[in-house]
Amino acid sequence: MNRRRPGFVSALGLALVVLLVIWLVGNFVNSPSEFVNVLFIGLNYGAVYGLVALGYTIIYGILQLINFAHGDVFALSGLVSWTLLVSWLGITEDSAMLVTVAGILITLVVAMAFFAAVNAGIEFVAYRRLRSAPRLAALITAVGVSFIVQNVALAIYDVDFRSATGLIPRTDIFVAGGVSYQWNKLFVLLVTVPVLILLTWFVRATRQGKAMRATAQDRDAAAMMGINVNRTISISFALAGALAASAGLLYLLSFNMRYDTGFELGLIAFTAAVLGGIGNLTGALLGAFTIGLIQAFNEGLTWYTPGSDWTRSIVFGILIAILVFRPEGLLGERTPEGA
Amino acid sequence: MAANGDILTARSVRKEFGGLVAVNDVDFAIPTGSIVSLIGPNGAGKTTFFNMLTGVYKPTAGRILFGATDVTGKPPHAITELGIGRTFQNIRLFEHMTALENVLVGMHSRLSGGIFRSILRTPGLRREEREARDRARELLRYSGLRGRDDELARNLPYGDQRRLEVARALATEPKLVLLDEPTAGMNPQETAAFTDFVSRLRTEQGLSILMIEHDMKVVMGISDRVTVLDYGEKIAEGSPAEVQADERVIEAYLGRGAAA
Repeated sequence: MNRRRPGFVSALGLALVVLLVIWLVGNFVNSPSEFVNVLFIGLNYGAVYGLVALGYTIIYGILQLINFAHGDVFALSGLVSWTLLVSWLGITEDSAMLVTVAGILITLVVAMAFFAAVNAGIEFVAYRRLRSAPRLAALITAVGVSFIVQNVALAIYDVDFRSATGLIPRTDIFVAGGVSYQWNKLFVLLVTVPVLILLTWFVRATRQGKAMRATAQDRDAAAMMGINVNRTISISFALAGALAASAGLLYLLSFNMRYDTGFELGLIAFTAAVLGGIGNLTGALLGAFTIGLIQAFNEGLTWYTPGSDWTRSIVFGILIAILVFRPEGLLGERTPEGA
Repeated sequence: MAANGDILTARSVRKEFGGLVAVNDVDFAIPTGSIVSLIGPNGAGKTTFFNMLTGVYKPTAGRILFGATDVTGKPPHAITELGIGRTFQNIRLFEHMTALENVLVGMHSRLSGGIFRSILRTPGLRREEREARDRARELLRYSGLRGRDDELARNLPYGDQRRLEVARALATEPKLVLLDEPTAGMNPQETAAFTDFVSRLRTEQGLSILMIEHDMKVVMGISDRVTVLDYGEKIAEGSPAEVQADERVIEAYLGRGAAA
């Protein structure tokens, strides 16, 4: 914290922030309605990134492991949701609204439960035995699991894109002075917000949540308090898997996805977790919404904007800048589970 | 309890790390209701021995009985559930939780709130939570932490952190408490108050206590029995007076020739 940064770097950072503010204000003045519309899109990106980023941060908080397989679990969950929703339940754009909503909710619950089990299974098979091994061993294993999950998705779903983007209507809820908001955007938040409230409550207030926080802070001391550490870690992975599955379904309802969608999205969500301060739940969400907004602004605004070709460079530029200049992230504490 | 009245019995317990023998076939017992101290020079294997009793390490050989139950190689949480609580040599509180939350975590294995009951918020669960909070506050007061309930553990002064560790261990409802160098870093007044607190744990709570301690005033003042380890071997055992007079003990502490 007390480390003195070279004046040059501070000046550069300040200059960047000033430029960013000028750019945002300029865009807002240039076209307020466009700015607000793009902001709505950014919130939706942020919500999906947030659900995935929480998975990275929960696992890092409890095991200090960067679970590189997480993005691929997300992608597979989206594809499995497609099977459930479109193939099995047969929901189409022509289904009645109530049927569609019921179908989506059933798919959500089933996919969350299924991928909770899958993720806990991954931990049990691949990571548990490596718990006292050097961290690099677990990290490389995570990369291996990432390839396995991705190739399972490839084997089942081939290289074709799947989507269910027409199920939630894109009709306007309101239009006011060039600003409009559609049902499909609202739906993402209608799913995300309750999930986040439930998660917060679980971690803060329940006995299992306390056990999770205790295990993240000091595993041995937690065991000595009568906490079953293996079980607590399984529950954490289950939680991360369920969150990934909720993100997978929301993504499927908004975009096309296929077996390798999780690679890039996983890295973006990881960047969000690092930006907010990995291990910190609130930080993961803050980072996710920041990245989501940056992406939406960059791709949607028109006044001196780099444009979508530059999105990846910008996002991963942020990752590098954070790692170099503020490795503890925005809500910086170098300890896990600061909540 | 076992017929011989010992709450804990260790039979030829041995721990090797690679080629190094950290604890060498130690026989050991804690009579129910007594205060036993484990002393010895640094690196004598005391903490390793503690870690085997609490399930952190699995002994290479030998058996450990808690009452009549064989606890050799059981996981730590299962041993805690049976009734052994402990504190750590280097304070290991949950720093980002309040004092009250630390104690509530200690009650983990005594509470029943499973995931589904938590979601349903049954009246029984709510009552259990309320009672747990009341009991946690009571434990904090008993351990001398009045008015500190909502402070983050890491913001407490050093002496209070030690007390909180004990309060947290008591919350697991132990029959036997293991204290690893509880007075390390305390000033003489704090040490005296803490020593008094430990004897009260026995008289008021009916606990058996095993502690690792370097402060000989504390050890000789409150122990019923003292066991001395050196290079992983038990070199002496007996009342404080007996151990103090033992030549091998003096030798271990002061070097060969000092006893002459």
